[in-house]
Order: sequence, then C-alpha cells, then structure tokens
Amino acid sequence: MNTVALSAEHLFKTYGEGDTAVHALNDVSFSMNVGEIVALLGPSGAGKSTLLTTLGLIQPPSSGTISIAGTRVFDNGYQVNIRDFRRNNIGFVFQKANLLPFLTAEENIRIAMEVNDASSRESKQYAAELLEHFELSARRTFLPKQLSGGQQQRVAIARALANKPSLLLADEPTAALDSHMGRKVMELLKNVAHTHHTAVLVVTHDHRAIDVFDRIWMMEDGKLSEKNRQD
Amino acid sequence: MINLAFKDIRHNLGRFLLTTAGISLLLIVVMGMGGIYRGLIQEATLIIDRAGADIWVVQRDTKGPFAEVSKLPRNLENRIEAISGVASAEPFVSHTVQRNKNERVLRLTIQGVPDDGSWLPIIQGRALQAGHFEMLADKSAKLPLGSTLKLGKDTYTVVGITGRMNSPSGDAMVFLSLNDAMAIQADTPAEAIRLERHARLQRFDALPYGSTSVDHADMLMSETSRPAALPGRQISAVLVKVLPGHSMEAVLAKLRTMPDVTAYTADEQREIMLSGFVARSRKQLLLFRTILIIVSTVVMTLILYTLTLDKLHDIAMLKLIGARNGVIVRMIMQQSLLIGVLAFGIARFCGEWVYPFFPRRVVLVSFDLWVLFGIVIGISVLASCAGIIKAMRTNAGEILS
Repeated sequence: MNTVALSAEHLFKTYGEGDTAVHALNDVSFSMNVGEIVALLGPSGAGKSTLLTTLGLIQPPSSGTISIAGTRVFDNGYQVNIRDFRRNNIGFVFQKANLLPFLTAEENIRIAMEVNDASSRESKQYAAELLEHFELSARRTFLPKQLSGGQQQRVAIARALANKPSLLLADEPTAALDSHMGRKVMELLKNVAHTHHTAVLVVTHDHRAIDVFDRIWMMEDGKLSEKNRQD
Repeated sequence: MINLAFKDIRHNLGRFLLTTAGISLLLIVVMGMGGIYRGLIQEATLIIDRAGADIWVVQRDTKGPFAEVSKLPRNLENRIEAISGVASAEPFVSHTVQRNKNERVLRLTIQGVPDDGSWLPIIQGRALQAGHFEMLADKSAKLPLGSTLKLGKDTYTVVGITGRMNSPSGDAMVFLSLNDAMAIQADTPAEAIRLERHARLQRFDALPYGSTSVDHADMLMSETSRPAALPGRQISAVLVKVLPGHSMEAVLAKLRTMPDVTAYTADEQREIMLSGFVARSRKQLLLFRTILIIVSTVVMTLILYTLTLDKLHDIAMLKLIGARNGVIVRMIMQQSLLIGVLAFGIARFCGEWVYPFFPRRVVLVSFDLWVLFGIVIGISVLASCAGIIKAMRTNAGEILS
C-alpha cells in the first residue's frame, strides 16, 4: 500500500513582523504514506511543535497547502470545518497523557467516539477492543490517577485511535516514561501504524527507539530534511 | 452519551456539595423572606378573616382599629342592630399591652371575644367558660396552661392555648371575654379617678353664681348619684353581619348616614391593612430578596467560573478530540442547573426545620416557591454564562501549554 495519507507543500509559518519575524516553518514540503511511522527530530525551537500543531489544524500556517486523507484541508485558508475534520481524521498523543481525570480508562476512549456521534453500544464495544489490544482490559474502570504513566499513555493512544484516524500526531509521547516503557510505547505506535493503516508522525528526542521508525525527519530553523538512519 | 457533568461532579463531590450547601443557605434566607412577607399578610388579615364580619364600623374618619385609635361608645351595637338587614352587631375590642413575666418581656394583643372563643384554633386546654378572669393565650406567648397573668387590676388564668394567632404586628394574641378586655383597656389607677373627681368639683365651683341649681349641685355631690369621674367603657369597632338575602350596600348606606361612624366592608378593611401596615414591610422584604438573589447569582457565577477555570485543560482536550461546543456548554450548564435545583431542594427541606424558629410567622406558598424555583433556574443559567464564555474562548492548542 502506498497511498498518501498526509502531504504538505510550501508551508510557511511566521511569528511577528519585520526585524523581529521568526520563521517557524520555512518552506516545508513532504508527504507521508498510509501505515507509515515517521520520527521528527530536531533541537528545541526548531519548529517541530509548530509543524505538529499546524498539521493537527490547531493553528493555521501563514501559507502553503495541507492535504490529509485525500482532502485539501488548507490552501491559504482552511477548506473544511476544522473541528469536524479533526474529529474524524486526526488523533493526538502528547508527552502527558492528558486524560480527562473524571473519566475511567474506558470512558476516556468512549468519549472520543461519542462526541463523534457513536452510540453508547458501539463505543463500549470498540473501547473494549482497544483496551484489550493495549492490554488494559483489567484497568477498564480505573481513573487516570489509578494508572501508571505507561498505562495512561496507552489509554491516550487508544483514545487517539478511537475514531480510526488517517493521521496520528504524537508529541514526545515517551518523554515522561522510563526507557523500557518508552520503547514499549514506540513499538505500540509502530504497530498502530502498520495494523491500523494510520500515518503516525512522532516528535521525539528519544534516539534509543529510533529503529522503530520507517523514516526520520530532521527539523532545523524551520526547515525539514530527511535523514538516513546512519546519521 | 457519557454525562460529563455528572462524572465531573462525582470526581469533585466535596467541592460540589459545599458549593450546593452554600447556595442553599442563601436560598433558605431568600425563601424565608418570601415566607415572612406571606406570614405578615396572613397575620395582618388573620383577625379580619377570623372575625367573619361583613362590615366593620369604626370611629368617624378613622381607618379602623388596626390603623389608628378608634373609639366608639359601648352602646353603638344596639343602634346598629336596629338597622334593617343586620343579623348581628358585636363589639370589637383589641389593644396591645407589654408586661414582664419571669424576667421576660411579654407583648400581648388583648382581644375581646363576644362568646367562649371555641371558634379559635385551640390546640390545648379548653374554651372560655367563666364570664371573667379566664383567657386563651397563643402558643407564641409561651404562657403555659394554668399560668396566671395580672392585667389591669385582675389576675387572669390561661385555660386554653391557641395555635398561630398573632396580631398584625406579630405579637401573641390573648383572648378574653369582652367585658374583661374592656376592663383592661379602661383600667385607670384609683388616684387618677380621685383626681378627676376633684377636678370636676373644682370646675363646678368655678361656675358663675346662679348658673346651676341646688338640685344639680346635690346630684354632683352625692355618693350615689354623681356621674362617673371617667368616661364609660369604649370599644374599638362594631362587627356587623348582614342577614342572608339582604343587600350589604343598603346596610352600608344606612350606616354611612350615621354622623359618628365610618363603615367599611371586610375587603376594604383588609385593603386598608395591607396598603398601610404591610406595604412598607413588603417593599423592604422585596429589596432584601432582590439583594440576596443578586448575591446568590454573583456567588454562583464566581463558583461556576472557578470550576470552569479548573477544567480549561480538560475543555481544551475535549475540543482537540473534536467535541462540539454543545457538549461543553451542556456540561457547564448541567452542573450549574444541578447546583441550583439541589440547593433549592435542600433549602426547601431545611426551611421546614428552620423557619419555626423565626420570631415572625413564615408561610410558604406554592406560587411563591414556583416563582423562586424559576428564578433559581434563571440565575443558574445566568451564572453558567461566564464559564461558558470562557470555555468557548479556550483554544484546543492550550492542551500543549
């Protein structure tokens, strides 16, 4: 399978004006295929988070085009209802799990589906499948505070997959985990990409798990380049 | 769909319960104010309603015994009974006294009853039996059955306790025979009588020689034939009942031809009472209620705003996963309404226990409670607005901060 899941052309994002202008994204173009997992590396302030939030339709680029799952979502302006589109096509995983503290593990997954008009029965059924897939069935009724960091992060990944998105964006998902758990989460994301046919873009500083990625991108001063694994 | 409002409440139960308890305390006061107002009306019109008269006859150009002093001669009832269409005319005597009993200040409204008072709501003891020196006292007077109280020159024994019989000013009412009530009202120290008698003789002596007869002088000086030193006993009003089938207007018209009295229908007497005595208290209570409702709204707004601020991260997350605005608005609004409704319920329930300890009667009327419930729903919606506005302005990107 070699279908394009995500592509961007000539993306620019500039903060400020005149002499103080900062080009967080400077003519960024790329494409990602369905079922591919890509690592996005780079020093702090290179523009990684800006790229992630731009692709996640959280903030618009200054110019350029973005296409996700065959739909042109940005072309010098949003072309879709961003919240509806995000709900159906994009999943997010963050450094912190950001689970809703008043919902159980199962409910945190279900809510993502139910805000997308899934019935209670459907959401329960698919949440149970995801929890089983991520070996969390026994923790189904636990609140986030009753789960370990790794378990919370797995629930967050399950939630991100609840609506079967074409694109999963992960911002340093292993930063708060120990190396063993970090590795496990990265492998889980790879598994997600390959089995759920989702394009997974992971911002990471964790070089120990670099081997799980299909491709590695480097971001520096707002510019994106592809690296060889040997580099 | 998962109810986010309930889940959040369950997670923050302590804070939610404290907030609800605080609001319910405010509502107990708001509800109580309304009840006090209704109680005021009920107390003000209680005796008018209980008396059951069709017409109140009072001193000429006065508004009646509840508004000002009204003095009528004792024999007026006989004149009125002679009018065609009058079924009965009974004297009405009512006045307030203040005494000390067991180091306690006792304010009582003394009410004369033309019969044994068995029509009163007697909750303990019996009606009046003896013609003199017995009384029925309201429970709020805290005079136990069998206790005695000196009023005027005589001592009266409590033979019955009535429930919820307070005067328009909120004082406990005591019921005595008409003659006893008049005797207490007309009670004058012996020294005052002696001085008045002396003054009369002095006035007589001052008359020009020849303007009085010897017989007249003998009569004034005689122990047995001289007129009383003080005027005869007076009553406050005469309560008139019209015979069935007779026109009240006709009786009223006849009474209005009498130069020394003014006649009011029971409705007019009630209106005089409400527009005069109660109107100012009503405005004051209304102002208090308005202020308390504003305070409740501000408190609820602040609390809900703070609850929303605490959830901004979660709201940003909900937006990020694509939750529509309606989901977030519903969560905040439901919590606000739940606080309001529960607080109202607690206030209603607790009020039943608290209000009997209020010094004035608190009467809760269904209509008032429904209106207050509507106001509570209104302020709950209003209070959630600040939180909703804040939530709507929250960007999904804040999850990254």
